Amino acid sequence: MKAAVIVFPGSNCDRDVQVSIEQSTGKPCAMIWHKETELPDLDLIVIPGGFSYGDYLRSGAIAAHSPIMREVKARADSGVAVLGICNGFHVLTETQLLPGILMRNAGLKFICRDVDLRVETTNSMFTQSYAKDQVICIPIAHNDGNYMTDADTLKMLEDEDRIAFRYCDAAGGIGEAGNPNGSMANIAGILNRRRNILGMMPHPERLADQLLGGIDGRPMFDGLVEALAA
Amino acid sequence: MKAKIHVTFKEGVLDPQGKAVRNALGSLGFEGVDSVRQGKFIELDLQETNAEKARGSVEEMCEQLLANTVIENYAIEIIE
Repeated sequence: MKAAVIVFPGSNCDRDVQVSIEQSTGKPCAMIWHKETELPDLDLIVIPGGFSYGDYLRSGAIAAHSPIMREVKARADSGVAVLGICNGFHVLTETQLLPGILMRNAGLKFICRDVDLRVETTNSMFTQSYAKDQVICIPIAHNDGNYMTDADTLKMLEDEDRIAFRYCDAAGGIGEAGNPNGSMANIAGILNRRRNILGMMPHPERLADQLLGGIDGRPMFDGLVEALAA
Repeated sequence: MKAKIHVTFKEGVLDPQGKAVRNALGSLGFEGVDSVRQGKFIELDLQETNAEKARGSVEEMCEQLLANTVIENYAIEIIE
C-alpha cells in the first residue's frame, strides 16, 4: 500500500498518522506539503488532524483550497482511498467530498478524551477489519465535532449504509449519554457513496500502539493494507 | 471600492455561542435581551471600479470561501 499524509500549516497529527501507517505497512509513508501540485502514485491519502490555518474563517475552509487539494480531489474522484481525520474531516466537508458540516460542540467545550464508538458498517476498506456493532475505544480531541446535515442527506446516509461510526455508551447504546458533542444521530464518521472516502472525528492513529494504552485504531490501518495490497 | 459582508447562520441553525453571550449579558444585569445570534463581518478592499462586477465577484467569493452555504447566509454591501 502506497500511502501519503498531506501536511498543512497547522496540521499536528500528521506524524502520528505516519507512525501508525508505517507500523501497519512496514514501508515509509510520504509526507506531502500542501503547496505541492502533484501527487505520486498512491493507494491511500490521509488528511490529518490539527488546526490547519489556525482554523481561520472556518475549520478546514482555507486548507480546502490549498494547491494540493485539487489533486487530492481528482484522485478521490478516480477511486483512490482518502481518509480525513478530525480537521481532515472538516477539509473533506469544505471541499464537498463529503456532505454536511461539523459545527461547534454542543457543550461549547473542547473535548479531549477516549470515547466509545460503535462500528456501524463493515462494508468499507476502512472498517472491514472490525465487526458490525463492535464497540471500540478511540480518542477525540476537538472543539467542532458536531456533525450536521439536512434531513434528506441524513436519510440518504442511513439508507446507503454510509454511517461508519456512531458515538455510543460503553454497552454500544446510541443515545444522548454516549454523545460527547451533540452530533446529529451520534454520527462520528461517514463514507462517500463510492465508499473510498471516510471522514471521521475520532483519532484512530492515537490508539494504535499498546504503549499508548490501546490498539482499537490499529485494525483500521491493518485493514487498509489488506484491502489495498497491490 | 469596498465590500462589506455579513456572514450569519441560517434560520434554524443552533447558535450555542450566541446563547452563551446572551446568558453573559443577563449576568451583567442587562434585561430584555430575548436572543443573541452572532456572525462574521468581513471587509474587502477591491481594485474593481464597476459596482456590478464587484458584486458579482464578491458573491462568488462568498459562495466558494467566505461563507459555508450549508449553514450560513451572506449579505453584501458594495460601497463606491
